[in-house]
Amino acid sequence: MNRLDIKKTYKLYIGGKFPRSESGRCLPAKSPAGEHLDNFAHASRKDFRDAVVAARAAVGGWGKASAYNRGQILYRAAEMLQNRAAELVAEIARSINVSPAKAKREVTLAIDRLVHFAGWTDKYSQVFGSVNPVASSYFNFTTPEPTGVVVVLAPDEPSLLALVSLVAPVILSGNAAVVLASETFPLPAATFAEILATSDLPGGVVNMLTGKRAELVPHIATHMDVNAIVNGVGDSEISAKLQAGVATNLKRYANHSATDWFSAKVEDPYWILDTVEFKTAWHPVGI
Amino acid sequence: MKTKSKAAKISVRLRSASARQAKRAVAASTHAVVPLKERRLNFGNQWDFAPAPEDSRNYVIAPRHELFINGKFVTPKSGKYFESVNPATEQPLTTIAAANAEDVDSAVKAARKAYDKVWSRMPGRERGKYLYRIARIIQEKARELAVLETMDGGKPIKESRDVDLPLVAAHFFYYAGWADKLKYAFPGKTPSPLGVAGQIIPWNFPLLMAAWKIAPALACGNTVVLKPAETTSITALRLAQIFQEAELPDGVVNIVTGAGETGAALVNHPDLDKIAFTGSTEVGKVIARTIAGRSAGLRPGSTSGGLNRAGSESGAPRLTLELGGKAANILFEDAPLDQAIEGVIAGIYFNQGHVCCAGSRLFVQEGIYSSVIKKLRDRIQTLRVGNPLDKNTDIGAINSKPQLDKIKMLVQSGIDEGAKLTQTQCVLPSKGYWFPPTFLTGVTQAHRVATEEIFGPVLSVMTFRTPEEAFERANHIPYGLSAGVWTDKGSKIFKMVNQLRAGVVWANTYNKFDPASPFGGYKESGFGREGGLQGLAAYCRLD
Repeated sequence: MNRLDIKKTYKLYIGGKFPRSESGRCLPAKSPAGEHLDNFAHASRKDFRDAVVAARAAVGGWGKASAYNRGQILYRAAEMLQNRAAELVAEIARSINVSPAKAKREVTLAIDRLVHFAGWTDKYSQVFGSVNPVASSYFNFTTPEPTGVVVVLAPDEPSLLALVSLVAPVILSGNAAVVLASETFPLPAATFAEILATSDLPGGVVNMLTGKRAELVPHIATHMDVNAIVNGVGDSEISAKLQAGVATNLKRYANHSATDWFSAKVEDPYWILDTVEFKTAWHPVGI
Repeated sequence: MKTKSKAAKISVRLRSASARQAKRAVAASTHAVVPLKERRLNFGNQWDFAPAPEDSRNYVIAPRHELFINGKFVTPKSGKYFESVNPATEQPLTTIAAANAEDVDSAVKAARKAYDKVWSRMPGRERGKYLYRIARIIQEKARELAVLETMDGGKPIKESRDVDLPLVAAHFFYYAGWADKLKYAFPGKTPSPLGVAGQIIPWNFPLLMAAWKIAPALACGNTVVLKPAETTSITALRLAQIFQEAELPDGVVNIVTGAGETGAALVNHPDLDKIAFTGSTEVGKVIARTIAGRSAGLRPGSTSGGLNRAGSESGAPRLTLELGGKAANILFEDAPLDQAIEGVIAGIYFNQGHVCCAGSRLFVQEGIYSSVIKKLRDRIQTLRVGNPLDKNTDIGAINSKPQLDKIKMLVQSGIDEGAKLTQTQCVLPSKGYWFPPTFLTGVTQAHRVATEEIFGPVLSVMTFRTPEEAFERANHIPYGLSAGVWTDKGSKIFKMVNQLRAGVVWANTYNKFDPASPFGGYKESGFGREGGLQGLAAYCRLD
């Protein structure tokens, strides 16, 4: 007699915990052939709100952690990803119906991206900060620092690689992210959240929501406690809605939607600067 | 133990109280005693200086100012002109062309042509030389420009002469040098100009804001359509004459004057690659919304800009905003107090408080509150309010009647909500728009005067106990442009600098500016930086 596989319902990842949607809703994840794979949580406006609260709570500690420490933790996340690469390869392969070889390419590249960006934590402020030679007797310097809570909208494909490429430059500077995963292929993102939970990343630094974009975008755009939005979704209607909303509290907005996610161009340290603020300090020089 | 020390304290208090009573009795027998609280420094007429006005007779202001488009002064297609008055006398200075959408269109077309045909093709070294030339001419005409700035805007001549104009020239010098060095500014990237920039500037630092906008834009190879504020257009148009004198190619900078409608026509023009705005948060949000609306339906593209706050999809202009502020100036008990008081005064009363980064909220640590208030009260009494052209004037005229009304309205709201008003006793001129240096005590975090930008010589004073309380309250508003910290303890300064959510933090100083130093806000104070290396990013495409 054949053993019956158990089905799983993938949950949200908020503040280091895995809650179901407060709405009680879930959606079926289907393979391209229409086969029912598993269920995943259908996040509501309130789940998004909870995720922002968790991110806000996390941003203080994470933003003030040493750059060295943040780099160590991101590298640790890459280690965990390496460890469970096979699991993610299988998840991508069955979700998107690509060959295991192609899925493996995506996962290994995601690992390398994390390693790459992990190294930027303690370097980007040296490359982009400055000591400014003012024409008066003052010591004057400019340093980048995290803007705060950032919402990242991941595109549908490549569901893991794009998400990792968008999230890494956001959190490495000390921001906390609320990530809205691929709507069509959410399972790799949900699995990635489970991997992050077992890395040393403090709870709330990355929060993962799955569900329907159109439903959440208006709330994301107008939420008053979100500092920035990084939009990786290549949809002009969603972009327009986000941009119309960001003016309410002048969120920073970056759009990376037309990117070839497998290209080396994505490893762009200038993406870090989309979610930092430059602070300039003055102090008199004298006795 | 506890009881004992308490008892001891009480007995000390009793002893000193009886000693004071005895002293008072002696004093009363010799002369009338002014109660301690009411004792004031009495300067008498020691501070009455003889008038020392800067001579303005040699500087002629033309009765009519036209638009500056394609290198020439042209009459507006709108056919309309508006009056520009001296806010210190209410006397009309000149009439200025009001540009309509058609005029703006001509200006953008001229800028586009100059961009395509001349400026974007010119080697950086040559662009830089034009900017150096402009800087030199500004230095040569600095006094004239300072006088005009003061007559047109109401700011004291000592500020326009010693702060605004030197910074204007320095800004052109600084960015002139970048023009042929841009490839070193952005590691790993190739910068190229954006195209035509529409720039809208405010009335508080008319010429300085023009320099902040024009110099980096031109250095990076862009061409410009600039709209000055309607109350302060004269010096921008004088700058246009300087561009002519410098033989800047036609159309590289165009200046369209007018009020809000002119600005709206510029923002709505479909052929801009960049919009830079300095002004109120309210208008900044309208602009951000306008651009968002325009990008709807356009093909999405990657606008990774990093430093330049791309802000919009390809096809819509890029945007940088430098908006309002309500800066916290935080005064710790261990601050060098007299130096700090000077900093507080400079922080709020500089340029009549018409400064987006003005230190308009003073947080005083409780232990020094009463002495700070006393010192402030006495210090503002020595500020000389009056003729902006007088070299001894500290506080000039409020820029316009509407601004004066707004200041009065907000100060009244402070009084209505329970704050206590302290003002100087000075006599204000009978003509013109004036507001005496003012501070409000007993202000709470919820008062309008603690959260809204007044943009006038009005300081809201509050207290705090711990550093944590100070930065939490400082950060507890939607603005985040600047902040000040006063303490002699270095580690405390760095702690506060780290915690304050503001783009510029002055420690043991305030309101210092330099072309090499980036300036700009967090949160609703806008995005993008002006000045310094980081300021270049607002005008470059990075590939």
